[in-house]
Amino acid sequence: MSLTPERTAELQELCRQYRIDVLTAIHGAQSGHPGGSLSVCEILTLLYQQRMHVAAAHPDDPDRDRLVLCKGHAAPMLYRNLIGKGFLPPESMNTLRRTGSPLQGHPCMRTPGVDMPSGPLGIGLAAAQGMALGLKLNHSDARVYAVLGDGELDEGAVWEAAASAVKFGLDNLTAIVDWNKVQLDGTTDEIMPLRDLPGKWKAFGWNVLRCDGHDLAALDAALDAAVACKGVPTVILADTVKGKGVSFMEGKSAWHGKAIPDAEFAQAMQELGGNV
Amino acid sequence: MGKSIREVYGTVLAELGDTNENIVVLDADLSGSTKSGIFAKAHPERHFNMGIAESDMVATAAGLATTGKIPFVNTFTVFLTTLGLISARAQVCYGNLNVKFGGAYCGMSDALDGATHHATEDIAVMRALPNMTVLVPSDATSTRWATKYAVDTYGPMYLRLSRDVYPDLYDENTKFECGKGAIVRDGTDVTVIACGILVHKALEAAEQMAARGVSVRVVDMYSIKPIDRELILRCAQETGAIVTAEEHNIYGGLGSAVAEVLAWGGTGAPTEFVGIPDTFTETGKYTDLLAKYGVDAAGVVRGIERVLARKH
Repeated sequence: MSLTPERTAELQELCRQYRIDVLTAIHGAQSGHPGGSLSVCEILTLLYQQRMHVAAAHPDDPDRDRLVLCKGHAAPMLYRNLIGKGFLPPESMNTLRRTGSPLQGHPCMRTPGVDMPSGPLGIGLAAAQGMALGLKLNHSDARVYAVLGDGELDEGAVWEAAASAVKFGLDNLTAIVDWNKVQLDGTTDEIMPLRDLPGKWKAFGWNVLRCDGHDLAALDAALDAAVACKGVPTVILADTVKGKGVSFMEGKSAWHGKAIPDAEFAQAMQELGGNV
Repeated sequence: MGKSIREVYGTVLAELGDTNENIVVLDADLSGSTKSGIFAKAHPERHFNMGIAESDMVATAAGLATTGKIPFVNTFTVFLTTLGLISARAQVCYGNLNVKFGGAYCGMSDALDGATHHATEDIAVMRALPNMTVLVPSDATSTRWATKYAVDTYGPMYLRLSRDVYPDLYDENTKFECGKGAIVRDGTDVTVIACGILVHKALEAAEQMAARGVSVRVVDMYSIKPIDRELILRCAQETGAIVTAEEHNIYGGLGSAVAEVLAWGGTGAPTEFVGIPDTFTETGKYTDLLAKYGVDAAGVVRGIERVLARKH
């Protein structure tokens, strides 16, 4: 069922609010990863607030959908979405990266709603593959989502899983690449060119889709197409903008992982319509 | 009589799979060597050959564990603790997931393949991971127990398994306990605390020392993490001298684990460490390599002599 214009508008408003809350938490911690949290906003928000079957009341439901945030440094946007689903109280957001907080710098199992620790890049897709394989063995219809960064695709382990997920026919697995074209030290073209990225996934045997990763309707349609595809896993190459929504962060590797100074924070809040 | 440890492991795993649907087994193109292939034959739908991709294998097992499965990952130990380590640490242990590591070809048991295929730092690596249990069977019966224990008990677990044939040591009705060691020969002058094949070498050494009038106690420390503190300290008090013996680098393995307990317990008993002397090994016949690197009965005898020279 496609998104209605009304629901799309609601989700867009959620995304605006989540961007504000995420930047506020990163500003408060004076540490974190704003760029990749903002680029993955629509992807995570659409999945958690619209599509995935997960419920805070039944966190261990064997038939729940799963998501592995392979690019674990975007944790703040994951945490905001888990709060949105009721897994954590809203006030926990501003404990981000504090000692004793359930919201660690990178996702871990002490955070309700997290099914797999992540942070070290490259190994998340294989873990998602294991979940998909286990769900098939359990005759569950649940789906598994792996959200990868594009810089992460430098890691060879990603391509080990790219091969095996096809071998095992994991059509219940959808990988989504937050393709923002920028990694920590510079653009992906400068640091390690991805070259023909769709062609690479195709060569491994995946159903390859591409869409605007900030267009909720386009993402939703791609996720529908992934469900419809049988026999092989689907990868959605989502074109995104690093730092999306904050003019001075957009496309800038400098904002990959960086504390936000007060003046820049004030400007970001002004642009997003939030409070300082 | 003796039995091939890898054959016992593969056979027991397949048997356990008959009654436990949750056991799934992964291998990295070595199922003929690790003997996970025995499980594959019995339960092909629950055996996954990941190709030569150890990182993929361990991470996939982590994911499988979150769906209620009990995954056993299998390859040469040296590849588990290197290529598989990132996932063993960041997913399996950090997430406290129910993944079992079948570490095949431990120590120098893949003798002729040489240093690249020998695992001489695996105990050090695995026991430094929070949540990981480390077990080192010393014969067929203890291998059978360790494999079944891994199925029955939740949590990340490392089984250090040999390619080789180990002599039989235990009666099949022997009771084992995680966190305990076993006195397999009693003695009063010195205790050799050993694991794996070195338990057998220590028993040979004890026999030789008996002929020289020295009474040697031998402990099989098949559970290295958690370790039997009470037994270690009791042996130090009762025999006044300790020798550790393992087919592993002298740094970080059983010897270090025992030394940590002795330091904490403050007994002051002189201690000597028999192990591979912080060097890369080489190709050769297994028995030749054990002799060359001082991890045979003669090596244990030398360790006993050194410690007795220091004993009051």
